[in-house]
Amino acid sequence: MTIFYFVAFLSIFFALMTIFTKNPVHSVLYLVITFFTFTVHYILLNAQFLAVVNFIVYMGAIMVLFLFVLMLLNLNKDTEPMKSHLVKFMGVIAGMCLLVTFLGAFRVLETNNEFVQGHADIGLVKNLGKVLFKDFLLPFELSSILLLTAMVGAVLLAKKETRTNQNG
Amino acid sequence: MQSLSNRKKVLEQKPMSFWERIYLPAIAKGLSITIKHFFKKIPTVKYPEEIRPYSKNFRGQHSLKRDEQGRERCTACGLCALSCPAEAITMTAAERKKGEENLYREEKYAVVYEINMLRCIFCGLCEEACPKEAIYLDGKHVTADYLRKDFIYGKDKLLEPKFDITKLSQNQQA
Amino acid sequence: METAFILEKLILVVIIFVVTLVIAMYSTLAERKIAGFMQDRYGPDRAGLFGLLQPLCDGGKFFFKEEIIPAGAHKTLFILGPTIAIITACISSAVIPWGQTLTIGDQAIKLQVADVNIGVLYIFGVIALGVYGIMLGGWASNNKFSLMGAIRAASQSISYEIAMGLSLIALLMVTGTLSIGEIVAQQSGFVNWNIWVQPLGFLIFMTCAFAECNRVPFDLPECETELVGGYHTEYSSMKLGLYMFSEYINMFVSSSLMAALYFGGYNFPFMYDLGLSENWITILGVIAFFLKIFGFIFFFMWVRWTLPRFRYDQLMNLGWKMLIPLAIANIVLTGIITIVKDTYF
Repeated sequence: MTIFYFVAFLSIFFALMTIFTKNPVHSVLYLVITFFTFTVHYILLNAQFLAVVNFIVYMGAIMVLFLFVLMLLNLNKDTEPMKSHLVKFMGVIAGMCLLVTFLGAFRVLETNNEFVQGHADIGLVKNLGKVLFKDFLLPFELSSILLLTAMVGAVLLAKKETRTNQNG
Repeated sequence: MQSLSNRKKVLEQKPMSFWERIYLPAIAKGLSITIKHFFKKIPTVKYPEEIRPYSKNFRGQHSLKRDEQGRERCTACGLCALSCPAEAITMTAAERKKGEENLYREEKYAVVYEINMLRCIFCGLCEEACPKEAIYLDGKHVTADYLRKDFIYGKDKLLEPKFDITKLSQNQQA
Repeated sequence: METAFILEKLILVVIIFVVTLVIAMYSTLAERKIAGFMQDRYGPDRAGLFGLLQPLCDGGKFFFKEEIIPAGAHKTLFILGPTIAIITACISSAVIPWGQTLTIGDQAIKLQVADVNIGVLYIFGVIALGVYGIMLGGWASNNKFSLMGAIRAASQSISYEIAMGLSLIALLMVTGTLSIGEIVAQQSGFVNWNIWVQPLGFLIFMTCAFAECNRVPFDLPECETELVGGYHTEYSSMKLGLYMFSEYINMFVSSSLMAALYFGGYNFPFMYDLGLSENWITILGVIAFFLKIFGFIFFFMWVRWTLPRFRYDQLMNLGWKMLIPLAIANIVLTGIITIVKDTYF
């Protein structure tokens, strides 16, 4: 349990650092470390597969893309416009709403659930695959179709632009 | 434009065939070529340990020759300087004094004999022009140096060391 | 028990570390030697016999060179870049099974540091992390060539990771496990090697391994001719050394991965027919595994001195339009064959 509190402290600390640093690249790097602590959390919950997938997809791919985009921006100048108070106000409200939702979710969750206590085999690939392809087949396939749609949409957006460029 | 030589070839860029587009046969071909070279005999000569044989008429650094009694052959006639296309040779002549007959063969000799190795093109014309057979380009390579003045070789570097002719012939026989 | 176990693993880790570093060191020499022989010349042969001391001289030179951190560079990230590169390169060898169990006295020692049941994914994760070293180093240098190299490295590694993962999925469908130890154990003998069932998958995997290691013909991130050395343009001294070292370690690890996944790892033909004792089979297996690894390293270098570098758009075309569809086709094909085999045979 001490390990959990230590890692949880680290994740919260780095998450806060992500928000409070001025340099976008630093911010992304803190986010990477935050994701790493999440990976440790997954391992503590015996969810090895999820841990590694989080590691590969979030740390290895998505954050690299974030960094990739940031590197293409000119970060030396302070091109970021000052945000108005209205935006800040909206942000605070949105954050509070999220917090309330989370609190509601936590109230429902029981602490003596077998997921929380750490079932030994629950996170193995075999069990996860069985659950995904038997009990939750429809949501799984639906989400894959959703991703495919998003991919096709992205390709379409990129294609359209080149075509107008060629015509014009 | 019409071709002048009637040998003009129109280069057609055909679309690549399937095997060409797949790129793998080309890779295999390239790999086979490089691996062939891997087992080939290497023509490198490892220089300080192995020295490539020199040609018989290789022209290296000049040497001023002595005769069989160990006297300098050069008589400072200046024909070598005259024949030199690069104007690399200069000399100062002097008369032989009494008692110097064992040093110089002729009555006139070169007090100073200098070759500028930066100018010399090692053509060997000085060798051909010399009537006394006093200069030959039979040495090694002229080595590199740091200063320009060090490339002007005087008699100290050019003159052949004294030798005993009887021992030399013995050495050659042995 | 507990201390003995930790001690055993610790010794194994140290041995693997030393072996990895020595192989990486001598890969630099081998690269230059092979380049030499392929170009009809001797490579370095002045330092020691056949130039065997050359890596030591190079290492010494790296340590004693002046360390320059450019004035405009981001100091922390500039140092962090090569650190991440070398760490990720070193830790990826943890799940590779180097041999079977070795019995000394009554103690059975498994020649694998960690037999994780998701070993393949672990390696993937570590490789994915490796690109941060290059990206951070390139960005922190505050140099446009380095930045270009970093950007290329990022996009290249992400593009080829997808094809690599897809080619591996077909393999995992055949083996049915994610643990590398089990995958190797399944391939005993010679006919059971995975290369015979997954030739296309192996080809895709190897191509992607070349790209992930930033080796020629996919060395666009460093690309001396366009980018003056790419992401490590501003690096000097041992930091540059670490980058180069991590490249060679990556090459070693990916060679061992290819040997383990597709070429039977420590298995060699007729290993149980010779009537040898367990320990001898294990030792011979380790030797066989390393021979396979050296073969792959040689192939890496052979390709380097044969093929020219891809252009950037060709690289992306190959990755997205050739390798990914091929890998998906391979998955479908493998699935069909598996079903047909299960129902009719």
